Amino acid sequence: MQRETLFWLGLMLVGGVLLGGRAILVGNGRQYVERVTTTADVAATEGAAAQAVELTDYVNIPARERDAPGVRVSFARTVGIWVAAFCTLGIMSFLLGETPPYKLVESVFVGVSAAYWMVVGFWSEIVQNLLSHLVPGLMRATLLPGLSEKTVPNYWYVVPLVLSVMMLWRLAPKGAWIARWPLAFFIGATAGIRLVSYLEADFVQQISSTILPLVVFGADGSFDVWASIKNTLIVSGVLLGLVYFFFSVPHKGVVGGLAKGGVWLLMITFGASFGYTVMGRIALLADRLEFLFDDWLWLIDPTLQRAGM
Amino acid sequence: MYDFLKSLDRRWIFLLMLLAVAIPILGGWRFPERPSPLVETVFDTIEDLPAGSRVWMAYDYDPASQGELHPMGMAFARHCALKRHKMYFMTLWPQGTVMVQSCLDMLKTEFPDLVYGEDYVNLGFRPGSEGPIKIIVTDLRKSVSSDINGVSLDEIPMTRDLKNVQGVDLIINVSSGTPGTKEWVLYASTPFHITTVAGCTGVQTPYLYPYVPDQLLGMLGAIKGGAEYEFLLLDAYPQLRDNPDAKEALRRMGPQLFGHLLLIALIVMGNVIYFMQRQRGEV
Repeated sequence: MQRETLFWLGLMLVGGVLLGGRAILVGNGRQYVERVTTTADVAATEGAAAQAVELTDYVNIPARERDAPGVRVSFARTVGIWVAAFCTLGIMSFLLGETPPYKLVESVFVGVSAAYWMVVGFWSEIVQNLLSHLVPGLMRATLLPGLSEKTVPNYWYVVPLVLSVMMLWRLAPKGAWIARWPLAFFIGATAGIRLVSYLEADFVQQISSTILPLVVFGADGSFDVWASIKNTLIVSGVLLGLVYFFFSVPHKGVVGGLAKGGVWLLMITFGASFGYTVMGRIALLADRLEFLFDDWLWLIDPTLQRAGM
Repeated sequence: MYDFLKSLDRRWIFLLMLLAVAIPILGGWRFPERPSPLVETVFDTIEDLPAGSRVWMAYDYDPASQGELHPMGMAFARHCALKRHKMYFMTLWPQGTVMVQSCLDMLKTEFPDLVYGEDYVNLGFRPGSEGPIKIIVTDLRKSVSSDINGVSLDEIPMTRDLKNVQGVDLIINVSSGTPGTKEWVLYASTPFHITTVAGCTGVQTPYLYPYVPDQLLGMLGAIKGGAEYEFLLLDAYPQLRDNPDAKEALRRMGPQLFGHLLLIALIVMGNVIYFMQRQRGEV
Protein backbone atom coordinates (compact mmCIF):
# COMPACT_ATOMS: atom_id res chain seq x y z
CA MET A 1 0.00 0.00 0.00
CA GLN A 2 1.30 3.46 -0.92
CA ARG A 3 2.37 5.79 1.91
CA GLU A 4 -0.14 8.48 0.91
CA THR A 5 -3.04 5.99 0.74
CA LEU A 6 -2.07 4.66 4.17
CA PHE A 7 -2.03 8.20 5.55
CA TRP A 8 -5.51 9.01 4.27
CA LEU A 9 -6.88 5.66 5.40
CA GLY A 10 -5.49 6.25 8.89
CA LEU A 11 -6.86 9.79 8.96
CA MET A 12 -10.33 8.58 7.95
CA LEU A 13 -10.25 5.83 10.58
CA VAL A 14 -9.26 8.23 13.36
CA GLY A 15 -11.88 10.73 12.15
CA GLY A 16 -14.52 8.00 12.05
CA VAL A 17 -13.74 6.83 15.60
CA LEU A 18 -13.79 10.40 16.94
CA LEU A 19 -17.07 11.13 15.15
CA GLY A 20 -18.70 7.94 16.37
CA GLY A 21 -17.57 8.59 19.94
CA ARG A 22 -18.84 12.15 19.83
CA ALA A 23 -22.18 11.08 18.34
CA ILE A 24 -22.67 8.56 21.16
CA LEU A 25 -21.54 10.87 23.98
CA VAL A 26 -22.92 14.24 22.80
CA GLY A 27 -25.67 13.12 20.42
CA ASN A 28 -24.64 15.50 17.65
CA GLY A 29 -26.23 15.32 14.21
CA ARG A 30 -29.63 14.37 15.57
CA GLN A 31 -32.82 16.11 14.45
CA TYR A 32 -35.71 16.35 16.88
CA VAL A 33 -39.29 16.67 15.66
CA GLU A 34 -42.80 17.09 17.00
CA ARG A 35 -45.97 15.78 15.44
CA VAL A 36 -48.43 18.56 14.60
CA THR A 37 -52.00 17.83 13.56
CA THR A 38 -54.22 20.41 11.88
CA THR A 39 -57.73 20.22 10.48
CA ALA A 40 -58.58 21.62 7.06
CA ASP A 41 -62.08 22.24 5.77
CA VAL A 42 -62.69 20.88 2.29
CA ALA A 43 -65.49 22.69 0.47
CA ALA A 44 -68.39 20.73 -0.98
CA THR A 45 -68.08 19.76 -4.64
CA GLU A 46 -70.46 18.17 -7.11
CA GLY A 47 -71.35 14.80 -5.60
CA ALA A 48 -69.30 15.23 -2.44
CA ALA A 49 -70.32 16.94 0.80
CA ALA A 50 -68.09 19.36 2.70
CA GLN A 51 -65.79 17.61 5.13
CA ALA A 52 -63.00 18.23 7.63
CA VAL A 53 -59.68 16.57 6.80
CA GLU A 54 -56.99 15.92 9.40
CA LEU A 55 -53.47 16.78 8.24
CA THR A 56 -50.35 15.55 10.03
CA ASP A 57 -46.94 17.16 9.80
CA TYR A 58 -43.65 16.81 11.66
CA VAL A 59 -41.95 20.09 12.51
CA ASN A 60 -38.29 20.47 13.47
CA ILE A 61 -37.71 21.22 17.13
CA PRO A 62 -34.45 22.74 18.49
CA ALA A 63 -32.34 20.23 20.41
CA ARG A 64 -32.62 22.37 23.57
CA GLU A 65 -36.29 21.26 23.77
CA ARG A 66 -35.57 17.57 23.27
CA ASP A 67 -36.94 16.65 26.72
CA ALA A 68 -40.29 18.34 26.09
CA PRO A 69 -43.32 16.01 25.86
CA GLY A 70 -44.10 14.83 22.32
CA VAL A 71 -40.59 15.58 21.02
CA ARG A 72 -38.60 12.69 19.60
CA VAL A 73 -35.62 11.99 17.36
CA SER A 74 -36.53 11.76 13.69
CA PHE A 75 -34.61 8.84 12.26
CA ALA A 76 -35.16 9.92 8.64
CA ARG A 77 -34.09 13.54 9.21
CA THR A 78 -31.09 12.48 11.31
CA VAL A 79 -29.94 10.16 8.52
CA GLY A 80 -30.52 13.10 6.16
CA ILE A 81 -28.09 15.29 8.12
CA TRP A 82 -25.42 12.57 8.14
CA VAL A 83 -25.87 11.84 4.43
CA ALA A 84 -25.68 15.58 3.66
CA ALA A 85 -22.47 15.83 5.70
CA PHE A 86 -20.98 12.84 3.90
CA CYS A 87 -21.97 14.29 0.50
CA THR A 88 -20.41 17.67 1.38
CA LEU A 89 -17.15 16.05 2.43
CA GLY A 90 -17.29 13.71 -0.57
CA ILE A 91 -17.55 16.60 -3.02
CA MET A 92 -14.88 18.58 -1.16
CA SER A 93 -12.54 15.59 -1.45
CA PHE A 94 -12.23 16.50 -5.15
CA LEU A 95 -9.57 18.98 -4.02
CA LEU A 96 -7.35 15.95 -3.42
CA GLY A 97 -8.21 14.38 -6.78
CA GLU A 98 -10.93 12.15 -8.16
CA THR A 99 -11.41 10.18 -4.96
CA PRO A 100 -13.92 7.30 -4.64
CA PRO A 101 -16.21 9.34 -2.29
CA TYR A 102 -16.27 12.16 -4.85
CA LYS A 103 -17.17 9.81 -7.69
CA LEU A 104 -19.88 8.17 -5.62
CA VAL A 105 -21.46 11.47 -4.54
CA GLU A 106 -21.20 12.92 -8.04
CA SER A 107 -23.03 9.89 -9.49
CA VAL A 108 -25.74 10.10 -6.85
CA PHE A 109 -26.17 13.81 -7.54
CA VAL A 110 -26.49 13.31 -11.30
CA GLY A 111 -29.03 10.49 -10.85
CA VAL A 112 -31.12 12.31 -8.26
CA SER A 113 -31.13 15.53 -10.31
CA ALA A 114 -32.32 13.69 -13.43
CA ALA A 115 -35.12 11.99 -11.49
CA TYR A 116 -36.12 15.25 -9.80
CA TRP A 117 -36.34 17.10 -13.12
CA MET A 118 -38.37 14.27 -14.62
CA VAL A 119 -40.91 14.26 -11.78
CA VAL A 120 -41.17 18.06 -11.69
CA GLY A 121 -41.52 18.15 -15.48
CA PHE A 122 -44.33 15.59 -15.41
CA TRP A 123 -46.37 17.31 -12.70
CA SER A 124 -45.84 20.91 -13.66
CA GLU A 125 -45.74 20.70 -17.44
CA ILE A 126 -47.67 17.62 -18.57
CA VAL A 127 -50.29 17.58 -15.81
CA GLN A 128 -50.68 21.26 -14.87
CA ASN A 129 -49.92 22.99 -18.15
CA LEU A 130 -51.27 20.52 -20.68
CA LEU A 131 -53.74 17.96 -19.35
CA SER A 132 -55.52 20.44 -17.04
CA HIS A 133 -56.45 22.45 -20.15
CA LEU A 134 -57.26 19.50 -22.40
CA VAL A 135 -59.22 17.31 -20.00
CA PRO A 136 -60.01 19.48 -16.94
CA GLY A 137 -62.87 17.23 -15.78
CA LEU A 138 -60.68 14.14 -15.68
CA MET A 139 -57.86 16.04 -13.96
CA ARG A 140 -60.26 17.45 -11.35
CA ALA A 141 -61.51 13.94 -10.61
CA THR A 142 -58.03 12.41 -10.43
CA LEU A 143 -54.77 14.32 -10.17
CA LEU A 144 -55.84 17.95 -9.57
CA PRO A 145 -58.82 18.04 -7.19
CA GLY A 146 -58.28 21.78 -6.60
CA LEU A 147 -58.64 22.68 -10.28
CA SER A 148 -61.16 25.49 -10.71
CA GLU A 149 -64.68 24.51 -11.75
CA LYS A 150 -64.48 27.37 -14.26
CA THR A 151 -61.73 25.65 -16.24
CA VAL A 152 -63.20 24.33 -19.48
CA PRO A 153 -61.46 22.30 -22.21
CA ASN A 154 -59.28 24.46 -24.46
CA TYR A 155 -58.57 22.51 -27.63
CA TRP A 156 -55.81 24.90 -28.75
CA TYR A 157 -53.65 22.83 -26.40
CA VAL A 158 -53.81 20.01 -28.93
CA VAL A 159 -51.18 21.97 -30.88
CA PRO A 160 -48.46 21.74 -28.19
CA LEU A 161 -49.48 18.10 -27.59
CA VAL A 162 -48.90 17.28 -31.27
CA LEU A 163 -45.62 19.25 -31.28
CA SER A 164 -44.46 17.33 -28.18
CA VAL A 165 -45.24 13.99 -29.80
CA MET A 166 -43.37 15.10 -32.94
CA MET A 167 -40.41 16.08 -30.75
CA LEU A 168 -40.35 12.65 -29.13
CA TRP A 169 -40.37 11.06 -32.57
CA ARG A 170 -36.58 11.40 -32.70
CA LEU A 171 -36.43 8.43 -30.33
CA ALA A 172 -38.21 6.26 -32.91
CA PRO A 173 -36.07 4.10 -35.22
CA LYS A 174 -37.56 5.77 -38.31
CA GLY A 175 -38.73 9.32 -39.05
CA ALA A 176 -36.36 11.18 -36.72
CA TRP A 177 -36.60 14.13 -39.13
CA ILE A 178 -40.14 14.80 -37.84
CA ALA A 179 -38.56 16.23 -34.65
CA ARG A 180 -37.05 19.05 -36.71
CA TRP A 181 -40.42 20.72 -37.23
CA PRO A 182 -41.26 21.41 -33.58
CA LEU A 183 -37.62 22.31 -32.99
CA ALA A 184 -37.79 24.88 -35.79
CA PHE A 185 -40.99 26.26 -34.29
CA PHE A 186 -39.44 26.61 -30.81
CA ILE A 187 -36.27 28.24 -32.14
CA GLY A 188 -38.22 30.67 -34.30
CA ALA A 189 -40.67 31.60 -31.54
CA THR A 190 -37.91 32.03 -28.92
CA ALA A 191 -35.80 34.15 -31.27
CA GLY A 192 -38.80 36.36 -32.04
CA ILE A 193 -39.73 36.84 -28.39
CA ARG A 194 -36.16 37.54 -27.34
CA LEU A 195 -35.34 39.87 -30.24
CA VAL A 196 -38.00 42.38 -29.30
CA SER A 197 -37.21 42.27 -25.58
CA TYR A 198 -33.46 42.55 -26.05
CA LEU A 199 -33.88 45.44 -28.47
CA GLU A 200 -36.04 47.28 -25.97
CA ALA A 201 -34.19 46.52 -22.73
CA ASP A 202 -30.59 46.02 -23.79
CA PHE A 203 -30.34 48.41 -26.72
CA VAL A 204 -32.83 51.29 -26.73
CA GLN A 205 -33.12 51.61 -22.95
CA GLN A 206 -29.36 51.29 -22.46
CA ILE A 207 -28.69 54.06 -24.99
CA SER A 208 -31.27 56.18 -23.23
CA SER A 209 -29.57 55.52 -19.87
CA THR A 210 -26.22 56.63 -21.29
CA ILE A 211 -27.46 60.03 -22.48
CA LEU A 212 -26.48 61.93 -19.36
CA PRO A 213 -25.53 65.55 -18.58
CA LEU A 214 -21.75 65.80 -18.12
CA VAL A 215 -22.10 68.91 -15.99
CA VAL A 216 -24.61 68.38 -13.21
CA PHE A 217 -26.15 71.09 -11.06
CA GLY A 218 -27.96 70.36 -7.82
CA ALA A 219 -31.51 71.43 -6.95
CA ASP A 220 -30.16 74.65 -5.40
CA GLY A 221 -28.21 75.49 -8.58
CA SER A 222 -24.78 74.55 -7.17
CA PHE A 223 -22.29 72.52 -9.21
CA ASP A 224 -22.41 68.83 -8.22
CA VAL A 225 -18.82 67.64 -8.65
CA TRP A 226 -19.30 63.92 -7.88
CA ALA A 227 -22.41 63.51 -10.03
CA SER A 228 -20.59 65.22 -12.91
CA ILE A 229 -17.56 62.91 -12.52
CA LYS A 230 -19.85 59.87 -12.31
CA ASN A 231 -21.74 60.79 -15.48
CA THR A 232 -18.53 61.62 -17.35
CA LEU A 233 -17.08 58.23 -16.38
CA ILE A 234 -20.21 56.39 -17.55
CA VAL A 235 -20.35 58.18 -20.90
CA SER A 236 -16.60 57.95 -21.58
CA GLY A 237 -16.55 54.31 -20.44
CA VAL A 238 -19.26 53.35 -22.91
CA LEU A 239 -17.55 55.25 -25.75
CA LEU A 240 -14.11 53.74 -25.03
CA GLY A 241 -15.60 50.25 -24.83
CA LEU A 242 -17.36 50.76 -28.15
CA VAL A 243 -14.15 52.00 -29.82
CA TYR A 244 -12.33 48.83 -28.72
CA PHE A 245 -14.98 46.67 -30.42
CA PHE A 246 -15.02 48.82 -33.59
CA PHE A 247 -12.80 46.86 -35.95
CA SER A 248 -13.61 48.64 -39.24
CA VAL A 249 -10.82 51.18 -38.52
CA PRO A 250 -7.24 50.09 -37.67
CA HIS A 251 -6.44 50.53 -33.97
CA LYS A 252 -3.66 53.06 -34.57
CA GLY A 253 -3.07 56.65 -33.50
CA VAL A 254 -6.00 58.29 -31.69
CA VAL A 255 -8.29 55.30 -32.28
CA GLY A 256 -5.57 52.98 -30.94
CA GLY A 257 -5.21 55.11 -27.81
CA LEU A 258 -8.94 55.14 -27.21
CA ALA A 259 -9.12 51.37 -27.81
CA LYS A 260 -6.37 50.91 -25.22
CA GLY A 261 -8.52 52.89 -22.79
CA GLY A 262 -11.36 50.50 -23.63
CA VAL A 263 -9.12 47.52 -22.85
CA TRP A 264 -8.23 49.03 -19.47
CA LEU A 265 -11.89 49.48 -18.66
CA LEU A 266 -12.62 45.90 -19.67
CA MET A 267 -9.77 44.68 -17.44
CA ILE A 268 -11.18 46.64 -14.49
CA THR A 269 -14.61 45.10 -15.18
CA PHE A 270 -13.14 41.59 -15.29
CA GLY A 271 -11.26 42.29 -12.05
CA ALA A 272 -14.46 43.42 -10.34
CA SER A 273 -16.21 40.36 -11.70
CA PHE A 274 -13.45 38.10 -10.33
CA GLY A 275 -13.70 39.81 -6.95
CA TYR A 276 -17.44 39.23 -6.82
CA THR A 277 -16.97 35.60 -7.89
CA VAL A 278 -14.48 35.05 -5.06
CA MET A 279 -17.00 36.54 -2.63
CA GLY A 280 -19.68 34.18 -3.93
CA ARG A 281 -17.49 31.10 -3.63
CA ILE A 282 -16.35 31.96 -0.10
CA ALA A 283 -20.01 32.46 0.88
CA LEU A 284 -20.83 28.97 -0.40
CA LEU A 285 -17.87 27.45 1.46
CA ALA A 286 -18.87 29.31 4.65
CA ASP A 287 -22.42 27.99 4.32
CA ARG A 288 -21.26 24.38 4.01
CA LEU A 289 -18.75 24.69 6.86
CA GLU A 290 -21.45 26.25 9.04
CA PHE A 291 -23.69 23.27 8.25
CA LEU A 292 -20.92 20.83 9.20
CA PHE A 293 -19.96 22.65 12.41
CA ASP A 294 -23.50 23.50 13.49
CA ASP A 295 -26.09 20.96 12.28
CA TRP A 296 -23.77 17.97 12.14
CA LEU A 297 -20.98 18.31 14.70
CA TRP A 298 -22.64 20.72 17.13
CA LEU A 299 -19.35 22.61 17.55
CA ILE A 300 -20.99 26.01 17.18
CA ASP A 301 -24.50 27.26 17.88
CA PRO A 302 -25.08 30.54 16.01
CA THR A 303 -28.88 30.17 15.98
CA LEU A 304 -29.09 29.08 19.66
CA GLN A 305 -30.59 25.69 18.83
CA ARG A 306 -28.83 24.09 21.76
CA ALA A 307 -28.66 27.01 24.21
CA GLY A 308 -28.51 25.82 27.81
CA MET A 309 -27.74 22.19 26.93
CA MET B 1 11.60 29.60 1.10
CA TYR B 2 11.71 30.94 -2.44
CA ASP B 3 11.99 27.41 -3.86
CA PHE B 4 9.12 26.19 -1.65
CA LEU B 5 6.83 29.06 -2.70
CA LYS B 6 7.85 28.77 -6.37
CA SER B 7 6.49 25.25 -6.56
CA LEU B 8 3.86 25.50 -3.84
CA ASP B 9 1.54 22.50 -3.80
CA ARG B 10 -1.98 23.83 -4.38
CA ARG B 11 -3.26 21.68 -1.51
CA TRP B 12 -1.53 24.12 0.88
CA ILE B 13 -3.66 26.89 -0.61
CA PHE B 14 -6.82 24.79 -0.10
CA LEU B 15 -5.82 24.17 3.51
CA LEU B 16 -5.11 27.86 4.14
CA MET B 17 -8.47 28.86 2.62
CA LEU B 18 -10.23 26.24 4.75
CA LEU B 19 -8.61 27.67 7.87
CA ALA B 20 -9.29 31.28 6.82
CA VAL B 21 -12.99 30.50 6.46
CA ALA B 22 -13.36 27.94 9.28
CA ILE B 23 -11.63 29.82 12.10
CA PRO B 24 -13.91 32.92 11.97
CA ILE B 25 -16.94 30.60 11.86
CA LEU B 26 -15.76 28.64 14.90
CA GLY B 27 -14.83 31.88 16.67
CA GLY B 28 -18.12 33.57 15.73
CA TRP B 29 -16.27 36.71 14.62
CA ARG B 30 -18.46 39.51 13.24
CA PHE B 31 -17.74 42.96 11.90
CA PRO B 32 -19.79 46.15 11.51
CA GLU B 33 -21.41 46.91 8.15
CA ARG B 34 -21.89 50.21 6.35
CA PRO B 35 -24.83 50.04 3.92
CA SER B 36 -24.15 51.22 0.37
CA PRO B 37 -26.56 53.58 -1.46
CA LEU B 38 -27.80 50.74 -3.71
CA VAL B 39 -28.80 48.62 -0.72
CA GLU B 40 -30.37 51.63 1.00
CA THR B 41 -32.46 52.23 -2.12
CA VAL B 42 -33.77 48.64 -2.03
CA PHE B 43 -34.55 48.92 1.67
CA ASP B 44 -36.29 52.29 1.29
CA THR B 45 -38.33 51.03 -1.66
CA ILE B 46 -39.87 48.25 0.43
CA GLU B 47 -40.06 50.42 3.55
CA ASP B 48 -41.85 53.28 1.79
CA LEU B 49 -44.58 51.13 0.24
CA PRO B 50 -47.88 51.54 2.09
CA ALA B 51 -48.77 48.61 4.36
CA GLY B 52 -50.66 45.92 2.49
CA SER B 53 -48.98 46.59 -0.86
CA ARG B 54 -48.69 43.71 -3.28
CA VAL B 55 -45.15 42.40 -3.67
CA TRP B 56 -44.18 39.71 -6.17
CA MET B 57 -41.45 37.55 -4.62
CA ALA B 58 -39.65 35.95 -7.58
CA TYR B 59 -37.18 33.57 -5.92
CA ASP B 60 -35.18 32.17 -8.82
CA TYR B 61 -32.44 30.23 -7.06
CA ASP B 62 -31.87 26.75 -5.72
CA PRO B 63 -29.94 25.08 -2.87
CA ALA B 64 -26.67 25.38 -4.82
CA SER B 65 -26.76 29.16 -4.16
CA GLN B 66 -28.32 28.91 -0.72
CA GLY B 67 -25.23 30.16 1.12
CA GLU B 68 -25.10 33.31 -0.95
CA LEU B 69 -28.75 34.15 -1.62
CA HIS B 70 -30.95 32.60 1.02
CA PRO B 71 -30.07 35.17 3.74
CA MET B 72 -31.28 37.99 1.48
CA GLY B 73 -34.35 35.97 0.44
CA MET B 74 -35.26 35.56 4.12
CA ALA B 75 -34.50 39.21 4.87
CA PHE B 76 -36.82 40.36 2.05
CA ALA B 77 -39.61 38.09 3.33
CA ARG B 78 -39.09 39.29 6.92
CA HIS B 79 -39.16 42.93 5.84
CA CYS B 80 -42.35 42.47 3.80
CA ALA B 81 -43.97 40.60 6.70
CA LEU B 82 -43.08 43.37 9.14
CA LYS B 83 -44.58 45.90 6.73
CA ARG B 84 -47.66 43.70 6.29
CA HIS B 85 -47.23 43.57 2.52
CA LYS B 86 -49.03 40.87 0.53
CA MET B 87 -46.40 38.41 -0.73
CA TYR B 88 -46.76 36.34 -3.92
CA PHE B 89 -43.99 33.73 -4.01
CA MET B 90 -43.06 32.09 -7.29
CA THR B 91 -39.96 30.42 -8.69
CA LEU B 92 -38.74 29.64 -12.19
CA TRP B 93 -36.24 27.10 -10.84
CA PRO B 94 -37.47 23.53 -10.16
CA GLN B 95 -35.52 23.27 -6.90
CA GLY B 96 -36.48 26.82 -5.95
CA THR B 97 -39.62 25.48 -4.31
CA VAL B 98 -37.46 24.25 -1.41
CA MET B 99 -36.12 27.75 -0.89
CA VAL B 100 -39.58 29.31 -1.04
CA GLN B 101 -40.90 26.70 1.40
CA SER B 102 -38.09 27.59 3.80
CA CYS B 103 -39.23 31.25 3.69
CA LEU B 104 -42.82 30.18 4.29
CA ASP B 105 -41.76 28.07 7.28
CA MET B 106 -40.00 31.12 8.67
CA LEU B 107 -43.14 33.24 8.18
CA LYS B 108 -45.24 30.60 9.97
CA THR B 109 -42.85 30.53 12.93
CA GLU B 110 -41.94 34.20 13.29
CA PHE B 111 -45.21 35.76 12.12
CA PRO B 112 -47.94 33.37 13.28
CA ASP B 113 -50.58 36.09 12.83
CA LEU B 114 -50.07 36.13 9.05
CA VAL B 115 -52.56 33.93 7.20
CA TYR B 116 -51.72 31.84 4.15
CA GLY B 117 -53.84 32.96 1.22
CA GLU B 118 -54.53 36.37 2.77
CA ASP B 119 -51.02 37.65 3.52
CA TYR B 120 -48.82 35.35 1.48
CA VAL B 121 -49.25 32.68 -1.15
CA ASN B 122 -46.95 30.13 -2.74
CA LEU B 123 -47.51 29.84 -6.48
CA GLY B 124 -44.78 27.24 -6.75
CA PHE B 125 -42.53 26.48 -9.69
CA ARG B 126 -43.41 27.53 -13.23
CA PRO B 127 -41.66 25.64 -16.02
CA GLY B 128 -40.56 27.16 -19.32
CA SER B 129 -37.59 29.32 -18.36
CA GLU B 130 -38.46 32.97 -19.05
CA GLY B 131 -41.71 32.01 -20.84
CA PRO B 132 -43.93 32.33 -17.74
CA ILE B 133 -42.71 35.91 -17.10
CA LYS B 134 -43.78 36.91 -20.60
CA ILE B 135 -47.22 35.41 -19.97
CA ILE B 136 -47.97 36.44 -16.38
CA VAL B 137 -47.20 40.12 -16.97
CA THR B 138 -50.31 40.23 -19.14
CA ASP B 139 -52.43 37.28 -17.96
CA LEU B 140 -51.57 35.50 -14.71
CA ARG B 141 -54.06 32.66 -15.12
CA LYS B 142 -52.70 31.61 -18.49
CA SER B 143 -49.60 30.30 -16.76
CA VAL B 144 -50.65 29.95 -13.11
CA SER B 145 -54.08 28.49 -12.47
CA SER B 146 -53.54 27.38 -8.88
CA ASP B 147 -51.17 27.67 -5.94
CA ILE B 148 -48.61 24.99 -5.08
CA ASN B 149 -51.29 22.92 -3.29
CA GLY B 150 -53.54 22.90 -6.36
CA VAL B 151 -56.03 25.41 -4.92
CA SER B 152 -57.52 27.57 -7.66
CA LEU B 153 -56.41 31.23 -7.69
CA ASP B 154 -60.11 32.21 -7.72
CA GLU B 155 -60.53 30.62 -4.30
CA ILE B 156 -57.53 32.35 -2.70
CA PRO B 157 -58.47 35.81 -1.31
CA MET B 158 -55.23 37.57 -2.28
CA THR B 159 -55.12 36.21 -5.86
CA ARG B 160 -58.84 36.39 -6.62
CA ASP B 161 -58.69 39.84 -8.19
CA LEU B 162 -55.08 39.84 -9.38
CA LYS B 163 -55.16 39.75 -13.18
CA ASN B 164 -51.46 39.98 -13.93
CA VAL B 165 -48.09 41.04 -12.52
CA GLN B 166 -48.73 44.62 -13.63
CA GLY B 167 -51.16 44.68 -10.71
CA VAL B 168 -48.38 44.38 -8.12
CA ASP B 169 -46.60 47.34 -6.56
CA LEU B 170 -43.13 45.85 -6.56
CA ILE B 171 -41.20 42.88 -7.93
CA ILE B 172 -38.44 41.49 -5.72
CA ASN B 173 -36.23 39.07 -7.57
CA VAL B 174 -33.57 36.91 -5.95
CA SER B 175 -31.57 35.35 -8.73
CA SER B 176 -28.69 32.96 -9.23
CA GLY B 177 -28.67 32.74 -13.03
CA THR B 178 -30.98 32.19 -15.99
CA PRO B 179 -33.92 32.66 -15.74
CA GLY B 180 -33.48 35.39 -13.17
CA THR B 181 -33.04 39.13 -12.78
CA LYS B 182 -32.10 39.76 -16.40
CA GLU B 183 -35.26 38.04 -17.62
CA TRP B 184 -37.47 39.98 -15.18
CA VAL B 185 -35.84 43.18 -16.50
CA LEU B 186 -36.34 42.09 -20.11
CA TYR B 187 -39.96 40.96 -19.91
CA ALA B 188 -41.50 42.80 -16.94
CA SER B 189 -39.60 45.79 -15.62
CA THR B 190 -38.58 47.44 -18.92
CA PRO B 191 -41.67 46.98 -21.13
CA PHE B 192 -44.28 47.48 -18.40
CA HIS B 193 -42.37 49.85 -16.07
CA ILE B 194 -43.00 47.69 -13.00
CA THR B 195 -40.80 48.78 -10.11
CA THR B 196 -38.23 46.03 -9.63
CA VAL B 197 -35.44 45.43 -7.12
CA ALA B 198 -33.12 42.44 -7.04
CA GLY B 199 -30.64 40.44 -5.07
CA CYS B 200 -28.21 38.31 -7.01
CA THR B 201 -25.04 36.24 -6.86
CA GLY B 202 -21.61 37.81 -7.03
CA VAL B 203 -21.06 36.32 -10.49
CA GLN B 204 -24.13 38.12 -11.88
CA THR B 205 -23.73 41.45 -10.09
CA PRO B 206 -21.26 43.22 -12.45
CA TYR B 207 -23.39 42.31 -15.47
CA LEU B 208 -26.58 43.69 -13.91
CA TYR B 209 -25.18 47.07 -12.83
CA PRO B 210 -26.00 48.69 -16.21
CA TYR B 211 -29.71 48.21 -15.47
CA VAL B 212 -29.50 50.38 -12.34
CA PRO B 213 -31.33 52.70 -11.74
CA ASP B 214 -33.64 52.97 -14.75
CA GLN B 215 -34.61 49.30 -15.17
CA LEU B 216 -33.67 48.06 -11.70
CA LEU B 217 -34.26 50.49 -8.87
CA GLY B 218 -31.70 48.88 -6.60
CA MET B 219 -29.71 45.69 -6.16
CA LEU B 220 -28.08 43.61 -3.46
CA GLY B 221 -24.81 42.16 -4.72
CA ALA B 222 -23.92 38.78 -3.22
CA ILE B 223 -23.61 38.06 0.50
CA LYS B 224 -22.20 41.54 1.17
CA GLY B 225 -25.44 43.10 -0.11
CA GLY B 226 -27.41 40.67 2.05
CA ALA B 227 -25.38 41.62 5.14
CA GLU B 228 -25.89 45.34 4.53
CA TYR B 229 -29.62 44.73 4.10
CA GLU B 230 -29.79 42.76 7.36
CA PHE B 231 -27.97 45.61 9.09
CA LEU B 232 -30.60 48.11 7.89
CA LEU B 233 -33.40 45.76 8.89
CA LEU B 234 -32.04 45.27 12.41
CA ASP B 235 -31.52 49.01 12.71
CA ALA B 236 -35.11 49.80 11.70
CA TYR B 237 -36.76 46.93 13.55
CA PRO B 238 -35.08 46.43 16.97
CA GLN B 239 -37.41 43.50 17.74
CA LEU B 240 -35.30 41.43 15.31
CA ARG B 241 -32.06 41.98 17.23
CA ASP B 242 -32.69 38.97 19.49
CA ASN B 243 -33.39 36.74 16.51
CA PRO B 244 -30.14 34.98 15.48
CA ASP B 245 -31.75 33.80 12.22
CA ALA B 246 -32.07 37.44 11.13
CA LYS B 247 -28.27 37.82 11.18
CA GLU B 248 -27.28 35.02 8.81
CA ALA B 249 -25.53 37.20 6.21
CA LEU B 250 -23.88 39.37 8.88
CA ARG B 251 -22.48 36.17 10.38
CA ARG B 252 -20.96 35.17 7.05
CA MET B 253 -18.96 38.39 6.70
CA GLY B 254 -16.27 37.24 9.16
CA PRO B 255 -15.18 34.36 6.91
CA GLN B 256 -15.45 36.74 3.93
CA LEU B 257 -12.94 39.16 5.42
CA PHE B 258 -10.34 36.52 6.19
CA GLY B 259 -10.89 34.66 2.92
CA HIS B 260 -10.36 37.88 0.99
CA LEU B 261 -7.28 38.84 3.00
CA LEU B 262 -5.76 35.45 2.25
CA LEU B 263 -6.57 35.77 -1.44
CA ILE B 264 -5.04 39.25 -1.64
CA ALA B 265 -1.92 37.94 0.12
CA LEU B 266 -1.71 35.02 -2.33
CA ILE B 267 -2.10 37.32 -5.36
CA VAL B 268 0.61 39.67 -4.07
CA MET B 269 2.87 36.72 -3.27
CA GLY B 270 2.28 35.15 -6.68
CA ASN B 271 3.24 38.41 -8.39
CA VAL B 272 6.34 38.90 -6.23
CA ILE B 273 7.51 35.37 -7.07
CA TYR B 274 6.79 35.94 -10.76
CA PHE B 275 8.91 39.13 -10.80
CA MET B 276 11.68 37.40 -8.85
CA GLN B 277 11.67 34.57 -11.39
CA ARG B 278 11.84 37.12 -14.21
CA GLN B 279 14.72 38.93 -12.51
CA ARG B 280 16.62 35.65 -12.20
CA GLY B 281 15.88 34.79 -15.82
CA GLU B 282 13.87 31.70 -14.87
CA VAL B 283 10.88 32.67 -17.04
